[in-house]
Amino acid sequence: MLEHVYINAAYIVAAALFIFGLKLLSKPATARKGNLFSAVGMLIAIVATLLSNQILDWNWILLGAAIGIVIGVAASRLIAMTAMPEMVAIFNGLGGGASLLVGWVALFGAVNTFISVTVVLSIVIGGMTFSGSAIAWGKLSETITSRALVFSGQRFVNSAILIALVVCAVMFALAPASNSPYLYAVIGLAFLLGIMAVIPIGGADMPVVISLLNSYSGLAACAAGFAINNVILIVAGSLVGAAGFILTNIMCKAMNRSLPNVLFSGFGAAKAATKVDGEVHPISAEDATLILEAASSVTFVPGYGMAVAQAQHVICELGELLESNGTEVSYAIHPVAGRMPGHMNVLLAEANVSYDQLIEMDDINPRLDSIDVAVVIGANDVVNPAARTDENSPIYGMPIINVDKAKTVFVLKRTMASGFAGIDNPLFFGSNTRMLFGDAKTSISSMISEFKT
Amino acid sequence: MEAIFLGLILLLSIFLGFELISKVPSTLHTPLMSGANAISGITLVGALLAAGAGAASPRLAIFLGVAAVTFATINVVGGYLVTDRMLGMFKKRGDDS
Repeated sequence: MLEHVYINAAYIVAAALFIFGLKLLSKPATARKGNLFSAVGMLIAIVATLLSNQILDWNWILLGAAIGIVIGVAASRLIAMTAMPEMVAIFNGLGGGASLLVGWVALFGAVNTFISVTVVLSIVIGGMTFSGSAIAWGKLSETITSRALVFSGQRFVNSAILIALVVCAVMFALAPASNSPYLYAVIGLAFLLGIMAVIPIGGADMPVVISLLNSYSGLAACAAGFAINNVILIVAGSLVGAAGFILTNIMCKAMNRSLPNVLFSGFGAAKAATKVDGEVHPISAEDATLILEAASSVTFVPGYGMAVAQAQHVICELGELLESNGTEVSYAIHPVAGRMPGHMNVLLAEANVSYDQLIEMDDINPRLDSIDVAVVIGANDVVNPAARTDENSPIYGMPIINVDKAKTVFVLKRTMASGFAGIDNPLFFGSNTRMLFGDAKTSISSMISEFKT
Repeated sequence: MEAIFLGLILLLSIFLGFELISKVPSTLHTPLMSGANAISGITLVGALLAAGAGAASPRLAIFLGVAAVTFATINVVGGYLVTDRMLGMFKKRGDDS
């Protein structure tokens, strides 16, 4: 009884640290401390659990923990910042997988209906998170195609899987056992459903999927908490579930799409946008540099192409040069630019851009008409004015960064190919737009050397 | 009764999560996500109990428990470290920490 009290007291402290940590995470100045608080909370929860008399054998724990620590430390140290979306996807998946296993093990103890239902929940959510994250990882690392994979009858197949899953789950709950064939069926179907849920989602919609999987990994832990009657799992799991859900919503809003629309339909299949014709105005790096030199305010608008070209460091260098020239430099970032929420911010922070120069879409838009030059680097759909003007465009209504309102727009682009959504971008034909063709990193490097001469 | 009590905790935590997160600026969305993800590794607590249950527990249960400990440890350790590494890069001009 006494032990019960001290463990629960430790869990309360841990929960408080998680909450306080998340609160501090919401400001750049205190975020690092917040993460530390949350890590200390985790440590307290773990140590309290290890000291309980329910732990009878340490050997197996040490084995698992040793492997986990080595892999975890190595992964977090070695991963490149551009590969962060993949990393987050893997971690999400592992969390989900662990919750599945914890739920499963709960079946080896005494099982009642409540436990069997919560076990099924933790297995289904955890399994979907695991396989869904694996597919997301594959798409993000381009191991498998990042295009939306849509086939006819997809909804029918998915519905069939879902129905089979529900039937097996009910059959299992009626006669729960750790070796029930229905249990294996539930696990297999949950994996399959996770895969089917993520394959129809294309690369540009990945921010939504990652946030959603993040939410699921929390909910899976929460369900496992119900299964093993552990309060800290429920509290921490539901905090993460709620956090992930909010992020998912923010991402959906930034694309002007509903969550079901992102999840169930590939992109841009239905409508054909108005074809854009016109003349593009190419510009050389030398001429672009001259214009930048004369500008009093410049804003950079990065997109996924910046991550692909690894151009963040040269962009920052150019930004610093411009600043020393007396130009006001800012970086305008669309909420869904890149492959995960905040992707561009992390890359620019890595390149030493001060975070007060990173401007959110809603703050930069009213100011754009007073900006001399907007430099678009590897972004396309998030700066496409068709979202504002062309009702036939698949992205019509999506909030964009209105770079076309700036006095001059440079678009750094390899070729004239259209963006992820496969639609024409009238921005490229604008009278104030200059196209700087070529690899973004090379183009900016040559601008830097022009600038220095 | 226990289930109702746990349900109440669930409800309050979800509301608290909504309140805490809705104010995070988009600059911090990635570290927030990976930090939250590390918290979801709390399932490690359940995994420890499964892997440490001792000889009375069936072999399969121990095996699943060890796998769960491994997965969750990667999630927790990797998640916190990578979040810290990212946040360490967010600097404002002037502070050289």
